[in-house]
Amino acid sequence: MKWSRIIIYSALIALALLFLMPLGVVLMNSLRSSQEIAATSMIGWPRQLTFANYGQAWNQFCMAEHCWGIEPYMLNSFTLVIPATILSTMLGALAGYSITLWRFRGDQLVFGLVTLGVFLPEQMKLIPWVVVLRDLSLMNTISGLILIHTIQGMSFTTLFCRNYYVSIPPDLLKAAKIDGAGFFRIFWRIVLPLSPPILIVTVIFQFTGIWNEFLYGVTFTSGGQQPVTAALISLSAAVTSEPMYGEQSAAVLIAALPPLLVYLFGGRYFMSGLTAGAVK
Amino acid sequence: MAALSIRGLSKRFARLEVLKDINLDIESGEFTVLVGPSGCGKSTLLSIVAGLERASAGIVEIGGRIVNDIEPKDRDIAMVFQSYALYPSMSVRQNITFGMECRHVPKPEQEAAVAHVAKLLQIEPLLDRRPSQLSGGQRQRVAMGRALVRDPLLFLFDEPLSNLDAQLRVEMRMEIKRLHQRIGATIVYVTHDQIEAMTMATRIAVMYKGEVQQFADPDTIYRYPANLFVARFMGSPPMNTMPARLLAEDGMPQVVIGAGRPDEVRLRLRGYDAAAAFRGSEVVLGIRPECIAESGRVFGDTSEAPIVVNAPVEMIEPTGAETIVLLRLGGEPALARISPDIRPATGALAPFALDTRRICLFDPTTERLIA
Repeated sequence: MKWSRIIIYSALIALALLFLMPLGVVLMNSLRSSQEIAATSMIGWPRQLTFANYGQAWNQFCMAEHCWGIEPYMLNSFTLVIPATILSTMLGALAGYSITLWRFRGDQLVFGLVTLGVFLPEQMKLIPWVVVLRDLSLMNTISGLILIHTIQGMSFTTLFCRNYYVSIPPDLLKAAKIDGAGFFRIFWRIVLPLSPPILIVTVIFQFTGIWNEFLYGVTFTSGGQQPVTAALISLSAAVTSEPMYGEQSAAVLIAALPPLLVYLFGGRYFMSGLTAGAVK
Repeated sequence: MAALSIRGLSKRFARLEVLKDINLDIESGEFTVLVGPSGCGKSTLLSIVAGLERASAGIVEIGGRIVNDIEPKDRDIAMVFQSYALYPSMSVRQNITFGMECRHVPKPEQEAAVAHVAKLLQIEPLLDRRPSQLSGGQRQRVAMGRALVRDPLLFLFDEPLSNLDAQLRVEMRMEIKRLHQRIGATIVYVTHDQIEAMTMATRIAVMYKGEVQQFADPDTIYRYPANLFVARFMGSPPMNTMPARLLAEDGMPQVVIGAGRPDEVRLRLRGYDAAAAFRGSEVVLGIRPECIAESGRVFGDTSEAPIVVNAPVEMIEPTGAETIVLLRLGGEPALARISPDIRPATGALAPFALDTRRICLFDPTTERLIA
């Protein structure tokens, strides 16, 4: 009994350390100067703590042909993620609401088609999006990426919201119809106020998903239009000339921070929101 | 004027026919209860009247206006749901005014209407609370307030009391009845509880398998059930029904239970002229438990001594207010309601008085009431 506990805990701790190792190495390197890393090894405790790497990475570090750090790319990511998250969440809530609470002919088919998007790999949709963005003249623009992520995100947000809204008692809707409320008034006054648990879930999911997305960013944007995940690829290109592990580590950590913060602050709601629909 | 008139209404879901040719005329000011076991179509019928579902055929008329193609909100109705269906994110006040808000009623008018209804239902202290902060009975009142504030032509109640505990249900039952008497509203009330139906209704429509079995006032339903289903559904404990035989002899009709057995029971029936056609044939005899009592009981205002039968007692159930006795009449099981202080010994014979004036006879093939 006691021994089994010890074995279980040591196995868990060992695995946790193993999983955290890369993060630990990156964190360590972000606090060491590049000279120190070059002189010793990629893996090691900092001899002298330095935070200069973060300042460098933020707005001085050279990536590709520009030496403006990752600041503009971070801003690109925010101007992409915030509208795409809000739009896809609102549209998903509206779609989930109409599929669940306003049954119409073929509603199950519509729901099936919308959620099919959840299962389609990104690569498969590259060419169609190329055509769409070209025809809309949105190639190499943040707006183009917003469009892509809003539409693709709707598959997830519709699925989430629909699964949450099925637990809303249909009598509420009937009462509202007799009271004289229409489609949008019922959504706005009755359904939306009940939605925060699931909206938090979809916002976290969309925010992290869109922020971390790489393929579309790197395919459809270039140069100064790139979101930070796509821009970071230039970091590895820099490795060949002169290794700057300190700045690179700091840049990666800065880029990873927003979704991490969103998860840290919203994580509790994330777990409770996913199961909230199960309880009446 | 008929407040609600339903003509030739039917409803089918794919192949399943849930309502078959329903015809009802409900006068203004009536309290009509639709009662029946679950799955009989009563709630579907109410939904169709409310406009939440469409009929497959037939006409619904509210206040003399055909409403088949009219939206629920324009039908001049209000509805109270089993689940109360209060809007969870709104205060009680907002719940009550939501309908007026949708119809763009001016604010001062809304305030006055809320004040009036809150006073009527004694929910003034609750107006600023959320539904989640209310007890079941309070939610029920708010749900009624939301309906009352509309002052509609027709109130629809869909099993409004079935989520309440037994004691509260009795209280609310009386309160709804009192409310009806006070404001003279026209009410259509759906329930599966035959006691609610008997106590509140001015007229009852008993439904079964998508059809109205009988539509009449409570006394008629109870005294002259149109068929065996109504006889067995209304009343608690239900009416005893058993096979019997009408004798072919002329004179006063005589009915025999367990003919040929040593303990056969022969009863002479006064009146029952309608049974003449069934002389000499099998019938189903129905007798309410309260028409079988301890010997010595005098039924109604007759000076005539009632018929006394010695019957074996199988079981007794003292309820406090009365003793329910399971006995056998001519070999057929029957329940009797006798005085609470009389406890006949089980397994032995005991004398029982029968009220033969209130016996019902049914045709065994059509199951319809003969007399």
